[in-house]
Amino acid sequence: MRTSVFASINRVWAWLLLLFLVLPALVAIPVSLTPKRFLSMPKGDFSLRHFEKLFNSADWLSSFAQSAIIAISTALLASVLGTLCAIGLWRVSSKYSEVVRAFLLLPLIIPQIISAMALYRLWIPMGLLDSYSGLILAHTILATPMVLITVSASLANFDPKLEQASKGLGASTWTTIRRVILPSVKPGIFAGALFAFILSWDEIVVTLFISKFTVYTLPRRMWNGIRENTDPTVAAAAVVLIGITIILFSISAIAARRRAQTTSG
Amino acid sequence: MSTLRNKLKPGWLLVLPFLALVVLFYLGPILNILMLSVTDPAPGLANYAKLGESDALARIMWTTVRICIVTTFFSVLLGYSIAYGMVHSSTQKQSLMLTLLLVSFWISILVRTFSWLMLLGNRGLINNTLLGLGIVSQPIEFMRNELGVLIGMIHYMIPYAVLPLLVNMQSLDMRVMNASRNLGASGTQTFWRIYLPLTRPGIVASSLLIFILSLGFYVTPAILGGGKVLMIAEYISVQLLVTLKWGTAAMLAALMLFGVLALLWLMSKFMKLSTVFGGSTQ
Repeated sequence: MRTSVFASINRVWAWLLLLFLVLPALVAIPVSLTPKRFLSMPKGDFSLRHFEKLFNSADWLSSFAQSAIIAISTALLASVLGTLCAIGLWRVSSKYSEVVRAFLLLPLIIPQIISAMALYRLWIPMGLLDSYSGLILAHTILATPMVLITVSASLANFDPKLEQASKGLGASTWTTIRRVILPSVKPGIFAGALFAFILSWDEIVVTLFISKFTVYTLPRRMWNGIRENTDPTVAAAAVVLIGITIILFSISAIAARRRAQTTSG
Repeated sequence: MSTLRNKLKPGWLLVLPFLALVVLFYLGPILNILMLSVTDPAPGLANYAKLGESDALARIMWTTVRICIVTTFFSVLLGYSIAYGMVHSSTQKQSLMLTLLLVSFWISILVRTFSWLMLLGNRGLINNTLLGLGIVSQPIEFMRNELGVLIGMIHYMIPYAVLPLLVNMQSLDMRVMNASRNLGASGTQTFWRIYLPLTRPGIVASSLLIFILSLGFYVTPAILGGGKVLMIAEYISVQLLVTLKWGTAAMLAALMLFGVLALLWLMSKFMKLSTVFGGSTQ
């Protein structure tokens, strides 16, 4: 199509919109550098005192650690459950399996407030409130559909003839899964695990309901800090979170590029 | 028949662990919530009758629907523009644009909401700049009202709107547009008469997706609304954690759930759902 004036104006507009999506988050950087004791934009002089406070605060550090434990456990559990489930549904491949797949994706699309309410209700009699196992279990239910999606996408590119070849050469079902299917869906598993990690690491709505004192995750502490709206340590934490996001994003982008190179060359 | 059974069995065994987890620990309690809406505090439809009786409830429902509609409209409009710009850029620029889109997708919602708080407040960056430049004499009220909630929500939803549109636009056959131009239609005519109708499935899918996501949105309205803009999700949390009224909360959750499921069903009529969800994670 010949480029019209309309299309070129829209291109500039699209770039502006994309900047609008990314730039606002960066305001946390100057705010975190304020020398004042309250949330404010620094005027002229900068200070790292709030980062110092963040890294010396037992509360913030324990929240970082707790979130890391919960998110890593969630990512591991979700990748195992999600991968098994994706392979299972792919092998069955019938009308029923598609219905089951749609049903299993529900935790991703049902509003989190409803999930929070339902899990809260069940966690009370089960004694899972305010515990690591309660949070990990809840986050695993919410995050496994992510792995199901990414592994299913990998399986869509997998050549079923390879499975038949493996079977034909005498390998058992289990050996075929382990030696033939799993290696070829590895990228999907990694991507899913990463998404599961981020979902748990960033989850606040369900966490607000099912945690209280013992487990106090990073989003929970951020949430409180934002609501109080005074202490600039929140801004420092936000900057650290942006940094972590960019690092994780770069790792996944580099991994994806390397994969693209190995498959094309 | 026996070969069929042999083929089916191992597959379902692999599905079982997660299926059991979802049925027992997710579907179960959700059905329990649906039950509560007609049993707590007393059996009957009293909770649902409140919808007609209580002005507060009616106002909350209306606020929620209104905010969802406006959010959907602007997110899809702006998302369309981004997606259109992306498919009409060189591959190199396109990958840079995708990076920006995904980075914004990945930044924590709490970080983003916090940033909006810093930008939009009465002493925030935007008001300070406007006051400093003498453009306004009073700080503009961006927060603790619907404007703030809408800014935060639209900003959050745009990436979700772009992805289904992008999948749709990339699948279009550009030769159709060239044919239209060669037959003498102007660029504008080609866009309105050919391109836009061809992207209708993408528009419908992304609108429904944004509407669904907005319906249950909690974080941004709670913080940027500052208690002044009450949407259903926040009202449910107040009912549960403060006033302990499970019945009312369950009724609202049931309505929201049926709304979401109805919209999902509608969405499946326009687009294969797996494309939307698959596309949103690539």
